[in-house]
Amino acid sequence: MQAAVLEISALVLGIFLLLCEAFAGALDKRRLAYGGIFGLGLILLASFFVTAGPLQPDAVGFWSFYAADPLALFFKRFALATTMLVLIMMLESAPRIQSGLGEFFALPIFTCAGLMWMASAIDFVMIFVSLELVTMSFYVLVAYTRRNPVTLEAGVKYLILSALSTGFLVYGITWVFGVTGETSLARVAAAFSQPNLERAPALFGAVLILVGLGFKIAAVPFQIWVADVYQGAPTAVTAYLSVGSKAAGFVVLLRVLSAFFILPQVQRLLVAVAIATLIYGNLAALPQTNLKRLLGYSSIAHAGYLLVGVVSFSGAAVGFYLVSYLLMTLLSFTVLIVVANSAGGEEISDFDGLSKRSPFLALAMMISMLSLAGVPFTAGFFGKFMVFDAAIQQHQTALVVVAVVTVACGFYYYLKVIRAMYWESPARAAPIAFSQLSRVTMTGLMIAIITLGVYPQPILRALSDASHPVTAQR
Amino acid sequence: MLLFIVFVPIAVALLILAGAPARASAVAASGAVLLATLLAFAGFDGGHAGYQLVTSRLVSADWGIHLAFGIDGLSLIMLLLTSLVTFAAVWFTPSIPEHENAFYACLLLMAGGALGAFASIDLFFFYAFHELALIPTFLLIGIWGTGNRQTAAWKITIYLATGSFILLIGLLLLYRSLPEAARSFDFRLLQKTAGQIPAGMQHHIYLLLLIGFGILISLFPFHTWAPQAYASAPAPAAMLHAGVLKKFGLYGLLRIAIPLLPEGARYWTGLLLVLLLGNIIYVGLVTIAQKRLDWMLGYSSVMHMGYIFLGIAAGNIVGANGAALLMLAHGLSIAVLFAVAGEIRGRTGTLVFSDLGGLAKVMPFAGLVFGLATFAAIGLPGFANFSAEVMVFFGAFHVGADLQHFHAFQVTTVLALWGVVISAVYMLRAYRTIFMGSASEASASATDIGTNLRPPIFLLVGAMLWVGFFPQSLVGRMQGSWRTSFPGK
Repeated sequence: MQAAVLEISALVLGIFLLLCEAFAGALDKRRLAYGGIFGLGLILLASFFVTAGPLQPDAVGFWSFYAADPLALFFKRFALATTMLVLIMMLESAPRIQSGLGEFFALPIFTCAGLMWMASAIDFVMIFVSLELVTMSFYVLVAYTRRNPVTLEAGVKYLILSALSTGFLVYGITWVFGVTGETSLARVAAAFSQPNLERAPALFGAVLILVGLGFKIAAVPFQIWVADVYQGAPTAVTAYLSVGSKAAGFVVLLRVLSAFFILPQVQRLLVAVAIATLIYGNLAALPQTNLKRLLGYSSIAHAGYLLVGVVSFSGAAVGFYLVSYLLMTLLSFTVLIVVANSAGGEEISDFDGLSKRSPFLALAMMISMLSLAGVPFTAGFFGKFMVFDAAIQQHQTALVVVAVVTVACGFYYYLKVIRAMYWESPARAAPIAFSQLSRVTMTGLMIAIITLGVYPQPILRALSDASHPVTAQR
Repeated sequence: MLLFIVFVPIAVALLILAGAPARASAVAASGAVLLATLLAFAGFDGGHAGYQLVTSRLVSADWGIHLAFGIDGLSLIMLLLTSLVTFAAVWFTPSIPEHENAFYACLLLMAGGALGAFASIDLFFFYAFHELALIPTFLLIGIWGTGNRQTAAWKITIYLATGSFILLIGLLLLYRSLPEAARSFDFRLLQKTAGQIPAGMQHHIYLLLLIGFGILISLFPFHTWAPQAYASAPAPAAMLHAGVLKKFGLYGLLRIAIPLLPEGARYWTGLLLVLLLGNIIYVGLVTIAQKRLDWMLGYSSVMHMGYIFLGIAAGNIVGANGAALLMLAHGLSIAVLFAVAGEIRGRTGTLVFSDLGGLAKVMPFAGLVFGLATFAAIGLPGFANFSAEVMVFFGAFHVGADLQHFHAFQVTTVLALWGVVISAVYMLRAYRTIFMGSASEASASATDIGTNLRPPIFLLVGAMLWVGFFPQSLVGRMQGSWRTSFPGK
C-alpha cells in the first residue's frame, strides 16, 4: 500500500463528514466527532501496513516531492494520534460552541491531512502547499467562538501574523530557487554544496525560510502571537496549535536544514535563536497567572529545547521530545478544558484545591506538570535527557548551560500549578463532572507518560530508523 | 530481594493513595523493608568484591539502560540507614488531621526513591530514583509544614532541581567522554573504565559532579536551602531528608566521582578542603547563633556534612570507611534529634530556646533520648559517630603526612577537629536550655513521649551504640567495595 493513501483517506473522511453535516439535518453533531475519531483510528491502524522506503534521490514526478520514509510515517501517526485526542477534547468543550458544531469537528481532519502531507514533503512547493492547508484550517478554528472578543482578537492576530510569515516563506523560497534553480530539497542541497554557489543570496533565502518556519514553531523573535492566540482560541484548538502545528514545523525544519546546514552561518544563527527561545519562554512564563497563557509560554520554552535537539542534529531526540510533548500537553489541556467548563475561567486560581474537588483531575494535572518540568520517570524527563545528551555530544556548551538554568525556572512555574491544586483550599466544593471518554483518555495519557518515562524503548525503536534525516541526504 | 526492598514502599504508597488504611499499611511496609534489609545484611558476603543480589532487566536496548539492582558493602550500609530511618519516621508520624493517606504515601515515596537510588547499579536509575523523592518532599513541606513553609518548599525544590540537572549534565558528560567501546550505564562496567577519561576532561566533569552533588548535600556555599527546609518540614520528613536523602550526594561522590575521576578529584582537592571547612567552621559558628531548636538542628546537619566530605577527600580506605560509617551514624542521630524535636513542638507548641526550660522534669524519657543523641552528635566514644569520626580524622591526617611539615590535609584536619568543640558548644547549650533549669510556662504542661512511640527510638539508639562498639561488623563488609574504588591502597 502506498503511503499517500493515508492522506487521501483523511481528506475523504473530512469531506464525508462535511457532507453528512450538510445533508443529514437532524443529526446529533457529536456523532460526527465520534465518526471522525473512529475513521482516524482506522487510518492510524492502516498506517502500520504501509510500506516505508528510504528517500529516492533520483525519483521523478509525484515521488520527487513526496517521501514515504520512516520519519514521515512516524510523524503521520503522530498527527493522527494528535487529531484523535484533539477531537476528544473538542467533544468535551462542545457546549461552549455557539454554532457550526459540525464544521468544528470536520475541520481538524483537514488539518490532519495537511500535517500528514507536511511530514512527507521534500519539495518547497509541497511544503508550502501543505503548510497552507494546515494554516487555512487553523484560521477558521482559532476564531471559531468569534462572538467572544478575546477569540476574535486571537483570530485576527493569528491571521495577520501567519499570512506575514507565509510571505517570508514564499519570498525565501523564490530566492533559493533563484540561486539554485531547484525546489526539491535534495537538489537544493546538492546545489548548495557546489563551490561556485553565490553565498549571499542563498543565505538570504535560507534565513527568510527559517523566519517563516520560526513563526510556525514559535521561536523567538517570532513568538509574539503565541500568548494572545493561545489564550483566545478555544482550548482544544490551542492544544492542537501547540502540538500539531509545532510538530509539523519541526519536521519541515529537520528536512529543510538538511540542505541549509551546508551553510555554516545557519547553524550559528539557530544556536542563537534556541538560546533566546529558551530564555524568553521560561522567563515570560514565570509571572503568568492564567494557565492557558502559562502553557503558551511554556510551549515557547519547549520549542527552545526542541531547537537544541535540532541544532545538535539529533532527529531521535527531537522525535522523542515531540512525542512526550504531545502526551503531556494534551493531558494538561484536557484537564484545563474540564476544569474551565466547571469553573468558568482558566486562571491558575481556578485550580485552587482541585485535589479536594476531584483527586483524579488533580493527579492527571500533576503528572502532566511534572512531565513538562522534566521529573524522572516521566516521558518529559527522558526527552530532556536525550536533548541534553545530543547537545553534549555536539559540545554545545552555551546551549547546555542555558538549558539547565531554564529547566530550574520551569520547575517554579509548573509547581505553581501543583501548589494551587494541593496547598490552597477550594473556592467551591462541588465535584467536577466530565465524560467517561475523557476519563479513559486522561488515564491512557497518564499511563503513556509514565510508561515512556520508565520504558522508552518502543518509541526509540520506531525512531531509530528515522533518526538521521539530517545526515541521510548529505 | 532488592526488587522487594525498592518496590514495596512505592507499591504500598500507591495502594494507600488508592484507599488502603494509611498508617497500618505504611508501618507494615516499612517494617517488611527493614526485615528484608536485615536479612540481606545477614546474608552479605564481606570478602566478595563486586555486587551481590544482582537483578537486571533491560529497559532500553538503544541506550543500554537496565533496571538493575545490586549491593556492595557501601550500598548495604545506605540501605540499612534508609530502612531504619524510614521505619522510625513512619512510626513517628503523628496523627494527621487532613489527607492522612497522602502524607504516608509521600513518606513512602521518599523512602522508595532513596532505596532505589542506593540499590541501583545503573547510572540512569541511580539518578532517576533520587529525583522521585523531590516532589513528595515539596508536597510534605508545602502542605503539612510549619512556619514559613511555602518559601521553604520552593527553596528546597528549586535548589535540588537545579542541582539535579547540573548533576545530570555531569553524568552525561562522563558517559560521553568515555571511549565509545567502554560507554555504559552499568556501574560494574563503569568501574573498569577508571582513568580512561582524559585528565583535562576529568577536571570539568568532577567539578560539575561536585557542584551537582554538593547542592544536594548542602555543601557550603550551597547549603542555605537545608536549615529552612528542615525547620519547616514535618518531623518525619525532616528525619528522612536530613537523615537519608541528603546522603545520596555523598554516596554518589564515593560511588562515581572518586573511583572514575581520580585525576579530577586530585585536581579539585584544594577547593573541596576550603569548602568543607566552610561547612565545619562557618556553618558551625552560624549554628551556635541559632535561637530555635529546629533551625539549630538544620544547621548542625549541614555542618556535619563537612566531616563526611573530609573522609571522602582523603581518598584512602580509612577515610572512605569513616565517611561511610559517618553517613550512617549522622543519619541515625539526626533522625532521633528531629523526632524528639517534633515531639517537643507537638507538646509545647514552640521550639524557641527562650520559651523552653526544665523539660527533663516533665519529659524524662525525651530528655534521656535527646541527651544520648546529643552525645552521639558531638562524637562521644561509644556512639557510632565517634568510631566514624576517628576514622575520618585519621584517614585525612594520614594523607601526605611527613614528620617535618603539616600539609594542607593536616592543617584542615586540625581545623576540622575544632568543629567537635563547636558542636559540643551548641548541642550542650541546647540541651541545657531545653531540659535543665526551671520549667517555663510552655514546658510545664507537657507530657512525656508515650510508650507506643518508644520502640523506633530504641531501635535507632540501639543501632548507634552497636555501630559505636562494633564498627567492624560494617567495615568488614565494605572491604570488597574499596578494593575496586581504591586499588592498591
